[in-house]
Formats: sequence, structure tokens, C-alpha cells
Amino acid sequence: MTTSTLSRAVAVALAATLLSAPTLAEELTGTLKKIKQTGTIVLGHRDASIPFSYFGDSPQQPVGFSHDLQLKAVEAIKQKLAMPELKVRYNLVTSQTRIPLVQNGTVDLECGSTTNNVERQQQVDFSVGIFEVGTRLLTKKTSGVADFADLKGKNVVTTAGTTSERLLKSMNADKQMGMNIISAKDHGESFLMLESGRALAFMMDDALLFGEMAKAKQPADWAVVGTPQSFEIYGCMLRKGDPAFKQVVDGAIAAAYQSGEVTAIYDKWFMQPIPPKGLNLNFPMSAELKKLIANPTDKAAEQL
Amino acid sequence: MNYNWDWGIFFKSTGIGSEIYLDWFVTGLGWTIAIALAGWVIALLLGTLLGVLRTVPNRWLAGLASAYVEIFRNVPLLVQLFLWYFLVPDLLPEPLEIWFKQDLAPATSAYLSVVLCLGLFTAARVCEQVRTGIQALPSGQIAAGYAMGFRLPQIYREVLLPQALRIVIPPLTSEFLNIFKNSSVASLIGLMELLAQTKQTAEFSANLFEAFTLATLIYFTLNMGLMLLMRAVEKQVAVPGLIAVGGK
Repeated sequence: MTTSTLSRAVAVALAATLLSAPTLAEELTGTLKKIKQTGTIVLGHRDASIPFSYFGDSPQQPVGFSHDLQLKAVEAIKQKLAMPELKVRYNLVTSQTRIPLVQNGTVDLECGSTTNNVERQQQVDFSVGIFEVGTRLLTKKTSGVADFADLKGKNVVTTAGTTSERLLKSMNADKQMGMNIISAKDHGESFLMLESGRALAFMMDDALLFGEMAKAKQPADWAVVGTPQSFEIYGCMLRKGDPAFKQVVDGAIAAAYQSGEVTAIYDKWFMQPIPPKGLNLNFPMSAELKKLIANPTDKAAEQL
Repeated sequence: MNYNWDWGIFFKSTGIGSEIYLDWFVTGLGWTIAIALAGWVIALLLGTLLGVLRTVPNRWLAGLASAYVEIFRNVPLLVQLFLWYFLVPDLLPEPLEIWFKQDLAPATSAYLSVVLCLGLFTAARVCEQVRTGIQALPSGQIAAGYAMGFRLPQIYREVLLPQALRIVIPPLTSEFLNIFKNSSVASLIGLMELLAQTKQTAEFSANLFEAFTLATLIYFTLNMGLMLLMRAVEKQVAVPGLIAVGGK
């Protein structure tokens, strides 16, 4: 879509919201129009972002914290379009495919563990934040690592393409830490590098570290340590310049925050045993997330 | 499609030190070449040896070489890499295992694994080509060798291999190009070669299509260059009148 058609779409959407009385049938645009016409909404999900969006017991049905909020948005869309029979289709995305698939119209709404950042805002729009993480370290309790300063000259693993990777490399460049940084292809492989002794610590979003720890052979051997090096807000991704659709999604998430329903969803995924193995992450809600829930925002953490 | 193109991305700062994204591609290309060339040395030496063994009149040696080919050709490359990188070090004696996993820089241990993996995998393919090269020669060549009073090793060295290796330069060229392309598996064990740097650029900048377009152009240019190089080699080593190599 060219910029001019884009701005026209925005203008039409704005005009539609401003001019038409809410009770009258609005002229649908963008994603809402597509959903109405096809009778289907396509949800983007992940396969192993525990406990945000992943395959639990069934290889067809994604589950997770982000997925539950995604379903809240679907409910709101059903109401908005008066389509109780709206069909939901799932489309698995990876960290490489998620942005293009949203942009080219394959996926209507992606909720997983996608950080809202300035670079991505050039390509897609984000819903209000659905989670906030701090980037910390997972290490063996006996490793002697208590914080980032202890990693001088050591092997540290992180997952390729994440903010943690960028932060570690910056730390090496700015503070001459001399760390050997291993960029593993996914969180599971990062943990394998840690568990097999190739790396002393694994830097990642704390919630995901708790997820990996819960999967370990001996969860009690491991600890999440260190001062968070950054905070990141996860959001659901949708196509850029589609305010009508974004309003419905944002409204649904904010409503779950206001009603307190989010606490129940949080407890279900972070404080209770979760599929497939019945592990309990035991990850109490952080002060940052409580703040986000009290004041929902679609800005990136670095913009606040 | 709702995509925000930005071809200037390669000259923008990565936010790490003073690097721009283009620097990452240059570093990545360096690793790709280093992996492929080292792997190719192993592949060529071992592959030629195995190719010879497959044709010798000794059932055990030929069987051994053919078992090697079947194993290395029938197991997916990625599986082989994970075995070399994750499993094999655990089977080493403990001091060696600790040296490999902890004393070596992670990039070095990943590099050694991927070079060994690609070298051994490609050797199986080179072996088959050398074998067909030898078998393509008229059987009278061996007989003539014996008639001259040569012993078998001499026949291979002086008669068969010089001809067979010349015949198989074109298929070997394609294996040579393949090893450059296959080197991208290294991105999956954390070695920052060209594909890994491309993915990293795509993730960091959110300009996925620009990053992959540049990577495509680099791989294409690299392989075109190598192909021209190999054609020149083929012409250079051609013996006039022996085999119609590269010309009429």
C-alpha cells in the first residue's frame, strides 16, 4: 500500500469514527472490513514462548497468557461486528516471520512475546502493552554470578535477535567487559548452552527465564539474578494505520485490566501449574506490570 | 503491502559501539568464506581419497568408502551439525570436553564444529563425483597402466586421477558453491556468519526485506565469482587433446 492510499485509509477511518453516529451502521475499513467480508480472523501465535503463546497439550491449539488476551480481543470484535459465529484461524509465526505476515495481511493480530520498540513501530502498530519484562540473568546457583559485573571475560548466552543480545554487545563495547557472547537460535537452545556448560549465564526477559527454569531437569539448581538492564513492554501487533481495528483491540485489553480479570489470567499462567508438564513458574506480578495495567499504553518502554 | 522501505538502513548505526549494519554483513561474509574454504579443504582431500577407495579392487576398502557415503549423504546436514556441536563434545574425555566447551572462545568451538561437519558431509558428495570420474575413463587405461609395468597406486597417481579430476571439475564446482551456501547452517549454532548477521539486522532494524535482499545479492555475487574462477581453473588445467574440457 502506498503512502497516499495509506493516509487515505486513515482519513476514511477517522472520518468514519468522527462523522457517523455510533448507533448507525459504520463504514467498515481495513482489518475490520476484511474480517467482516471473510467471516474469519487470523490470529498469529508462537510455538514456544512459554507461558505467553505456545503449544500446550495439543499441537493445533495455542495457549498462554498473551493468547488469552488475544481471545478477549476476538470477543470484542465479534460484538463490534455482530458476528457471534466469527471463525478463528491460527497462523504460527516465528520471530522472523511475524512482522511481514502482519504487514502482508496473512495475520490480523499477533499476540506472543513481541517487544514494542521504536524500530518495529516503523513497520506495524502495537496494541496497549500486555506485559512488561526486565532483562536479567539465569545461572546455576553455584556459579558465583550475582550480577552483570561478574560476567567479565566469561561466556554468556542469549537468544539471537533479542534486545538482550543488543544490550550484551553494547556492554562489551562500552565497558570493555570482554564477554564471549553466544547467540543461540531460540530460548530452548540458549538454555541447552547454559545447561551443557558452554555458557555461565543466560541473559533474557525474566519471565522467559522463569519459563526455561521450570523446564530444567533440576529447577532448584538455577536462579534468576542481576539488576534488570532494561524494561520491555510486549504488545500485540496489528497493521499500521488501522485505528478502527486498534481501538477495538485496545478496548478489549483495557477492559480486562479494568475489570481485574487480568489478575486471574496472570495467576493462571504464572502462579499455577501450566501445560504441558504441569510446571509452576512461580513468578509474582512485578511492580512494572502492575503500573502498566493501571495505566495502559501503546508506547515502547524506551518512550515512557 | 504495508511495508516501510528504507534502503539507507545499512548505513545506519546498530546502536552497538560505532558499528553500522553494513559492518555486520562484512564480518558475516568473512566468517562464511572462512567456514567454506576450510570445509572445502577437508572435503576435497577426504572426498578424493574415498572416491579412489570406492573404485579399488578390494571389497573391504570399497565397502568402507561406500558405507561412509551412505551415512553422511543420508543424514540431514542440520542433524549432523547438532550432533557434532552438542553431542560429540560430551563424548570426549573430560579435560578435552571442558577445554572445548569452556576454554575455547564460543565462536572458535562453533567454527571447528561446523567446518568438520561441512567438510565430512561434502566429502561424501565429492567422493561420488571422483568415483564417477574414475569410472568414466575407459577400462583399457588401467590395463595399459599394468602393461607399462605400473603398480596400482602408480596407475591411480599417474594415469587415472589426473584425467578423472579434470573431468569432474564442473560437478565439483557446484559442490564448491554448495559448501558456501550450506555454511549458513552455522547460524543455527550461534556463529555470526552472513545469514546470522542478516537475521540479526532484520530483527534489530525491523527492515527484514532490505536485509535479506542484500544477503541474496552477496551470496549471488560470491557464487558467480567462484563459478567464473572455477571456469578459469578448468581452462587453465585443460590438457589439449586429452579430454574436451571447456572447449571444442
